[in-house]
Amino acid sequence: MSVIDGQVAPGPGGLCQKGWTAGELLRHPGRLTTPLVHGRPASWDEALDFVASRIKEFEPDEVAVFGGGGLTNEKAYLLGKFARVALKTSQIDYNGRFCMSSAAAAGNKAFGLDRGMPFPLSDLKSADTVLLAGSNPAETMPPFLRHLEGTRLIVIDPRRTATAERATLHLQPAPGTDLALALGLLHTAVIEGVIDKEYISSRTSGFDDAWRVAAQWWPEHTERVTGVSAADQRAAVHMLAGRSYILTGRGTEQHASGTDNVSAWINLALALGLPGRVGSGYGCLTGQGNGQGGREHGQKADQLPGYRKLDDPVARQHIMDVWGVDWLPGPGRSAYELLTADDLRAMLVFGSNPVVSAPRASGVAERLKALDLLVVADFVMSETAAMADVVFPVTQWAEEDGTMTNLEGRIIRRRKALDPPAGVRSDLHLIHGLAARLGCAEKFLTEPKEVFEELRRASAGGPSDYSGVTYERLDAEQLHWPVPSVDHPGTPRLFLDRFAHPDGLARFVPVDHKGPAEPPDEEFPLQATTGRVLQHYQSGAQTRRIGELMKAVPEMYVEMHPDTASRAGLASGEPAHVVSRRGRVTATVRCVPSMRADAVFLPFHFPGDGRANLLTNPALDPTSRMPEFKVCAVRLEQVCDES
Amino acid sequence: MRRVVIVGYGMAGARLADELRRRDHDISITIIGSEPHAAYNRVLLSTVVAGTMTPESTRLHDEKWAAEHNIDLRLGYEVAEIDRASRTVTIESTRGASVLSESTEGPRVSVQYDALVLATGSTPWVPPAEGLVEDGRLAEGVVAFRTLDDCAEIEAKAHKGAPVVVLGGGLLGIEAARGLAGRGCLVTVVHPVGHLMERQLDPGAGGVLARTLGQLGIEFKLNSLAAKYLPGDGLILDDGTHVPAELVVVSAGVRAETSLAVKAGLEVDRGIVVDDALRTSDPRIHAIGDCAQHPGTVSGLVQPAWDQAAVLADRLTGANPAARYLGTSVVTRLKARDVDLAALGDVHTDVDCPDSEVLCFQEPSRGRYAKLVLRDDRVAGAIVLGAPDAAATITQFYDRGIPAPTDRLALLLGRALPAEAASPADLPSSAVICRCNTVSKGQIVSAWRSGAETLPQLAESTRATTGCGGCKDAVCGLLDWLGASQPASA
Repeated sequence: MSVIDGQVAPGPGGLCQKGWTAGELLRHPGRLTTPLVHGRPASWDEALDFVASRIKEFEPDEVAVFGGGGLTNEKAYLLGKFARVALKTSQIDYNGRFCMSSAAAAGNKAFGLDRGMPFPLSDLKSADTVLLAGSNPAETMPPFLRHLEGTRLIVIDPRRTATAERATLHLQPAPGTDLALALGLLHTAVIEGVIDKEYISSRTSGFDDAWRVAAQWWPEHTERVTGVSAADQRAAVHMLAGRSYILTGRGTEQHASGTDNVSAWINLALALGLPGRVGSGYGCLTGQGNGQGGREHGQKADQLPGYRKLDDPVARQHIMDVWGVDWLPGPGRSAYELLTADDLRAMLVFGSNPVVSAPRASGVAERLKALDLLVVADFVMSETAAMADVVFPVTQWAEEDGTMTNLEGRIIRRRKALDPPAGVRSDLHLIHGLAARLGCAEKFLTEPKEVFEELRRASAGGPSDYSGVTYERLDAEQLHWPVPSVDHPGTPRLFLDRFAHPDGLARFVPVDHKGPAEPPDEEFPLQATTGRVLQHYQSGAQTRRIGELMKAVPEMYVEMHPDTASRAGLASGEPAHVVSRRGRVTATVRCVPSMRADAVFLPFHFPGDGRANLLTNPALDPTSRMPEFKVCAVRLEQVCDES
Repeated sequence: MRRVVIVGYGMAGARLADELRRRDHDISITIIGSEPHAAYNRVLLSTVVAGTMTPESTRLHDEKWAAEHNIDLRLGYEVAEIDRASRTVTIESTRGASVLSESTEGPRVSVQYDALVLATGSTPWVPPAEGLVEDGRLAEGVVAFRTLDDCAEIEAKAHKGAPVVVLGGGLLGIEAARGLAGRGCLVTVVHPVGHLMERQLDPGAGGVLARTLGQLGIEFKLNSLAAKYLPGDGLILDDGTHVPAELVVVSAGVRAETSLAVKAGLEVDRGIVVDDALRTSDPRIHAIGDCAQHPGTVSGLVQPAWDQAAVLADRLTGANPAARYLGTSVVTRLKARDVDLAALGDVHTDVDCPDSEVLCFQEPSRGRYAKLVLRDDRVAGAIVLGAPDAAATITQFYDRGIPAPTDRLALLLGRALPAEAASPADLPSSAVICRCNTVSKGQIVSAWRSGAETLPQLAESTRATTGCGGCKDAVCGLLDWLGASQPASA
């Protein structure tokens, strides 16, 4: 999309209400236009001096950086470098940990490489069937559905979402039983004779071990655990045999078993012979604007640019050479661990609003409050910014150049269309300003194009190799990484000849169902699941400032079956408390007859007492360190009239 | 280090070993299995008979499993005796024993235990008809439906057009019959009771099930006992009827395998009696699976064995020393192609029973039968035949103890169906047409009245259809309706 006279104009795809109204934020009266130090306006120099002088008081590992999946590649790259070179801290992670980490970990295990979709998005148009596991694009990414016109859709979601309404087949597993369902579908595919034995033997390894787990999940057993009928499981595998795609979203990934959940979906895709072929495959749907690029260039705790591993000596040497340094810190802690670590004294937050978006949000807010120094860079006063000692006003989408990498691994140019308001600077300037005060100005460039040139060199030879990408090429052609040289055409489809493991084979990973980390019990008999609504984005810091969106969805609500409401003494339109072991949310009841009687749904875009994440369970996935956002045990209570 | 010795390498024993190792890397585990090959998944045998799965695919572990998990696996051994005082079991080889016994006492070995677990399973019960058993073994042409070897024998003889009798119209008998009919055999089920699966079904459901299976080519002799088996010819029933059979598959129930326990002096009733800690009358000895008798369990199903294995592993490893097995609520689910049947809880309550709410729906011509027994607002029992969605939903309500929906009938239907697409004229003005941009019917009507009479014009003025594009048909419908209603409203 583009901006003409301050008005948004759509690109060739489509726009939902969020896109149409995104222009309103550019000149929004709530826009931050001056740095704030302890709430008082300050000059950039004053604010930078203050932050730098405080940082110098702390040990390197007492200072943390928290990044965001909405930052451009250039910013994400420079932020990782800033943490490791200027701050010399190992303590950096980002909100993408709450987003893509499970899919990324499972993709690396199975294929030896993680690119959300290892094929162009437009390939989906030719599919017979697309299975969406825990994804609701009709709310989260409506224009995506244009790619699914004419294909049969299988939607896996405990709720009858807007996406499920459009599905040919909607499988409705109980919350937290996705993995059991994926195992059941693998079992059913075997007994229905639709697996691709030739592909399994020539292109994969480990099927027997995965089968021995799935063998215990015959359809009727799976039905009992998941609530999905054996008949529907059979129907699903027959629909999937052929030109099909299996795509995962946060619904199946945001669990303490998120990595295993995704591995189970990939196992199903491999058994059916889908990945690494034209016309079929596995992919994951990224959640944030730069969810793919944001995880490739070093703002993740264990990563260096080019999707290199921080604990790989060869990778470290390459990056030290590019950066001209002779030391790098090791891997640090993951997002939730960072946000709740009691040995930190300072945190710099870029493009994220964790007091709304992190699990067990009240604990996170308390911990951030206890820091000696909290610095937030944002363009509106988010709930996290409102707590900060220092706030820096930074540029947003239409005001800056840069690149993003979309869900299909394609690098996209972001072009500056407007000058930012006076007083607003780019995050790159902010990083440079701090680095200068910490004695390494020359290592931190401020022009996006110059930073990208450095990113090219840093990523060269890595899994996500951008060395052949230039701004000029992006003006003229579509480039999917890896692009290892300027005359390389890019790689729209990965894995066609071989997977990225040394033996060229994809790996089945044997995984078994364990169930939710916090099962319901007598005290908390219901299961809460969280998600998005169409009109709002992430923590809502942006979309809650747009009148048109707030008119459509003005306040926190909780969806439940009418019986569930009446049994709790609640009625549609009235306020209710939703209570978990970790907190209490106030929300307006919405009765939805298609809800399971033992589950409630809460959108996570609202602040204060309406934060869904006051309830969520911070149990972490052992591999990806993803928290269990998607299921926790709750009960409903009436709101007593205090007066 | 604790030494756990498991007697029996079937589904229960194998599961227990997995559960123990998952909780404790160091605990010493010995398994004694009488068959020479690895444990297999008995539940899948009906799919082997149906020909949709290979015997190899049913194996629970591969050859490397024991070594990889540091498990002392003794295949081809049986326990000769248990010495409770010294806490040892004496095991002896089941194959080539005579050859080996020539060389001193080679095949007999003693194994020490701290905890002994009997997972000896069960053996098929064979009805007392003349000729079925010869010299203590099943006669030629008679097969139980219990082991992989049985399956191989059934597969070898069950050719297209072959007459086959299945003795027993219980769950496994019907699964076998369905699999054999699917292979093209001429199947007759002989069942001693007046309706099929009488433990799980009421007569009405049994009748609908027989009718459905009849349409798949299976014949039934109900209220009938086998009197005499004539090898190569068939069966004579107790009323003198002759039923031809090249193969007789015995599936008339199982008996817990308790001989070892009896010999060791443990308390045995129908099975080896265990308490909630799965202890026998000797607290060092436990029993799980089909050989065990716990008040909360019916035998012959795998779910209780798995639940018991998890509890016992919690106790033996100390992961949860207070773990208790309180029984398994059974949901019977027939695994047979084209027949969808679930039965759970109390199904024998009559429709006019005063202290229960009972719903019943019958449509025999389409193979559908549903009965729902509700007590205290919760599902106490159900039979669901021919309605797969309802079966899945009702099972969730039963297992999770969720209060039943106020709309009981919806539960029998099983699925919240999407609303019928309403005609544009009937929609209220506030109805949202374009979800992506929150555009209501009212806004579209006003835009049309202001001159946006084509789809592109409407899209430009209201943004409807510019998101996912899914509302295009609805918007076109509205345009048609507005166009058609124009003269009337003018």
